[in-house]
Amino acid sequence: MGKTIIEKILQAHTKDEVKPDRLIEADIDLAFANDITAPLAIEDFKLMGAKKVFDPEKVALIPDHFTPNKDIKSAEQAKLVKEFAKEYGIKHYFEVGRGGIEHVLLHEEGLTLPGDVIIGADSHSCTYGALGCFATGVGSTDLAAAWALGKLWFKVPRTMKFIYHGKLKRWVGGKDIILFTIGQIGVDGALYRAMEFSGDVIRELPMDDRFTICNMVIEAGGKCGVIEPDEKTIEYLNGRAKRNYRIFKSDPDAEYEKIYEWDLSELEPQVAMPHSPANVKGVSQLRGVKVDQVVIGSCTNGRLRDLAIAAEILKGKKVHPDVRVIIFPGTQRVYKEALKLGYIETFIESGAAVSTPTCGPCLGGHMGVLAKGETCISTTNRNFIGRMGHKDSYVYLASPAVAAASAIAGEIASPEEVMKG
Amino acid sequence: MIKGKAWKFGNDIDTDVIIPAIYLNTTDPEELGKHCFEPIFPNFKERVSKGDIIVAGKNFGCGSSRQHAPIAIKACGISCIVASSFARIFFRNAINIGLPILESEEASEKIENGDEVEIDLEKGIIKDLTKNLEFKAEPLPESVLEILASGGLVNYVRRKLGGE
Ligand code: SF4
Repeated sequence: MGKTIIEKILQAHTKDEVKPDRLIEADIDLAFANDITAPLAIEDFKLMGAKKVFDPEKVALIPDHFTPNKDIKSAEQAKLVKEFAKEYGIKHYFEVGRGGIEHVLLHEEGLTLPGDVIIGADSHSCTYGALGCFATGVGSTDLAAAWALGKLWFKVPRTMKFIYHGKLKRWVGGKDIILFTIGQIGVDGALYRAMEFSGDVIRELPMDDRFTICNMVIEAGGKCGVIEPDEKTIEYLNGRAKRNYRIFKSDPDAEYEKIYEWDLSELEPQVAMPHSPANVKGVSQLRGVKVDQVVIGSCTNGRLRDLAIAAEILKGKKVHPDVRVIIFPGTQRVYKEALKLGYIETFIESGAAVSTPTCGPCLGGHMGVLAKGETCISTTNRNFIGRMGHKDSYVYLASPAVAAASAIAGEIASPEEVMKG
Repeated sequence: MIKGKAWKFGNDIDTDVIIPAIYLNTTDPEELGKHCFEPIFPNFKERVSKGDIIVAGKNFGCGSSRQHAPIAIKACGISCIVASSFARIFFRNAINIGLPILESEEASEKIENGDEVEIDLEKGIIKDLTKNLEFKAEPLPESVLEILASGGLVNYVRRKLGGE
């Protein structure tokens, strides 16, 4: 019986025999945390009596959630992280102004590579699976244990395969594919499972869209998402990869718990309604829903291609008078590129605010918190009750294309319509 | 032996509901406990008694990896969570900080709000004393029992580091 890509990667990192549902101890290639999960990990790391991290090259710290510090308590947490990085010789510490949102930054920096076993104390650490590695989110104590020992226990996940056929329509991309999928299988449809994405549609997708897909596997309960590396992956890594890497692929006779297969040729842009990422409808069914705020960015859709699409739609147009638009590039590098390509000017001309890279509004932290009764359409990944502010606020999740179109229309709108008008 | 009153919750209780992100600027359990379940169940901490038990539906603790969520629940005095299933990271976090959790679909369905519940963790037996019912929970995996036996992951690693 053949093995899946995830089983092969895990096998390359452990002496134990890898089989679904088995418990194994695997070596870690990268273990990282942010400004809200690192303080707890640091506390535990010290309680464990650890004197040093297992390998300072394999640890990263990214202050991104409440930075630039939103209040005194946040500033103190960020300070603690910075001091820890100094004290333990952590090279991959990314200060505000030299970093950005962790899950856009780490792959951009070439620190997450095919064949790796990666853990992050953040649930969206599953993003990196788009490069063909095993990447998953853990809690702070797990992370501290990995910092101390360089290893962590895992239950080998069973794999579900998702095959997408056909040719995507204009304005349909990675976000629509993953929203559609979550809508089909539900928020626990892949609980504890590895989600392997494949098919012609995936092969055609640029890397930025692939990251968007793997970013949201956690919203289906998945442990990790994965896409087999191909020429697009290798091209992406050229000049970027900081270490050597290994490419694994699933065997043709690998065992899958379940295989889903869809033709996406007729798929229209998808939108998840409040208060669940699985509450998904086609954009045409939601026309007329008024919005107060539009957010474009985050670890789901804060990459250059996302901003390019938003700029294409906003170019020469004005944001609706009743709407405020906040656009936050994922990293400083994305920001700079967007500036060079004229996107930032387009955004400002259209009447949108452009923020420094931060998680800020995505988790209702700062820089775009919603008031009672307000509705927001956002390119982020969660629309739980109170996620972006008041418990009586409403969040719709969509692609940058739909978000930008809605910004102009003042209500949920399809990009096609707005571009025609 | 754990004994307490059941507090029932539905399916897909997420970490933003357990502890909203605005309170993540602290790691103090007391402070986190005060805001536990605030969006759906304000003043939860004041309403529960020490030792009470949460009984929930499927996918409890979905969403963020924030360990603050089980910490907040534990700080309210909750002694155990029974659910038909847990989100993966929440499951690990709860074990790692020493908050016992058990999976039982039947117990999750049959136990009602306010029932007196008794739990034998080692045997994985859940009893509804009000209704005189008994349920068997999924046994915990071996590695998890090892961590629990050490008194949580921190102690487990401390021992390993000391011994190696
Ligand atoms: S952008 Fe949002 S989802 Fe992504 S890491 Fe930040 S808070 Fe989490």
